[in-house]
Amino acid sequence: MSDEEEIILSELSDDELVLQMHDDLYDGLKEEIVEGVQILLDRGWIPYDVLTKSLVAGMAIVGEDFRDGILFVPEVLLAANAMKAGMGLLRPLLAETGAPKLGKMVVGTVKGDIHDIGKNLVGMMMEGAGFDVVDLGINNPVEDYLEALEKEQPDILGMSALLTTTMPYMKVVIDTMVEKGIRDDYAVIVGGAPLNEEFGKAVGADAYCRDAAVAVETAKEIMARKHNSAAAG
Amino acid sequence: MSDHINKNSIRVIACGALAREILAVNELNQVTQLDVKCLPAIWHNHPEKIAPGVKEAIHSARAEGFEQIYVAYADCGTGGLLDIVCNEEKVERIQGPHCYSFFAGNELFEQNWDDDMTSFFLTDFLARQFDTFITKPYKLDKHPELIEMMFHRYTKLIYLAQTDDPKLQDDAKRAAEFLGLEYEYRFTGYGDLTTSLIEAARAPSPS
Repeated sequence: MSDEEEIILSELSDDELVLQMHDDLYDGLKEEIVEGVQILLDRGWIPYDVLTKSLVAGMAIVGEDFRDGILFVPEVLLAANAMKAGMGLLRPLLAETGAPKLGKMVVGTVKGDIHDIGKNLVGMMMEGAGFDVVDLGINNPVEDYLEALEKEQPDILGMSALLTTTMPYMKVVIDTMVEKGIRDDYAVIVGGAPLNEEFGKAVGADAYCRDAAVAVETAKEIMARKHNSAAAG
Repeated sequence: MSDHINKNSIRVIACGALAREILAVNELNQVTQLDVKCLPAIWHNHPEKIAPGVKEAIHSARAEGFEQIYVAYADCGTGGLLDIVCNEEKVERIQGPHCYSFFAGNELFEQNWDDDMTSFFLTDFLARQFDTFITKPYKLDKHPELIEMMFHRYTKLIYLAQTDDPKLQDDAKRAAEFLGLEYEYRFTGYGDLTTSLIEAARAPSPS
């Protein structure tokens, strides 16, 4: 028997509901998140505020606790799954209401590698932060990246790898960009469990991002620098 | 005193997940000069702990008087950090990216990669410890929805067997069913582990 009273989300004030949604996201409660998103929308919240104040802010707490070793992969995945469900409700509304766009990123896991948990999380957090995200999926040869860069003209290219054997392929992609004279047209960020700062520098990336939250912060800094240099020019 | 005792032995700093296999290889090949020190096998799930843990174990071994040290780890997801430690400390390690690879034989594993890329690998150790190393730490028992989220890109579970053990084969089959993956059995024996340990045992003393 539980001492805890059942919380009726619809009876909470806006502030209480947002805090409760942070807790529910932390606990990976998908149905509660969907319900919370719907309640806020029904109360007249604009979709962008629902996204940033409830989902993105909640996921930031999850990200911090993952970085600090308080949460682990399963909890982050459950939280991400709950956020994804909330995003599913918000995505079409965000498109309709013209939420602010920070920039565009093409992201994909490198050739020989099928791991995409981290990449998907980065994609979702980037989308939540206001980036257009084009996800190339897994096992991408250099040709796929080049084709997507040409077609999508993103600001940022993100590459992911989970295997020590596949992470050197990032250098193949970056070297090919250099050969084609397009390296400086894009910021390149890399990530994945076995990577580190030195590796990012060694392959010629602009930044190594240890987790999704860092990827979002790095992408925002890249866009701010781009904006400043464009203004100065 | 300890210098005298340990001068003629070689300290093998090993992943705990290789303990049985290393002892078996040593026994089969009558290798007696290897003194095996295992580090926690659960670091398989926390590769960030491997390089600093091995470094500390190398220093401890030297303090105990061991002049020759061998590292029985592959890269194991350290992304080259274990190699940096090995180079700094001037010790060798088993070649290969993972134990799956050196048990299968590093060359063969690499050759097969295009076909095996979507496979999840078990060794004897991981078949035996599937619940402890996979099911429980990743909470797959409490949250079965995580199976799809974590394994949706995999198509097959390949059990790379070091020993012909029907019980472990049953365990591996059950693991494949649990994860919703096709099952394949490949007997590898000890693969490159055998040659690596024999070479380590034959390495000339630095003194």
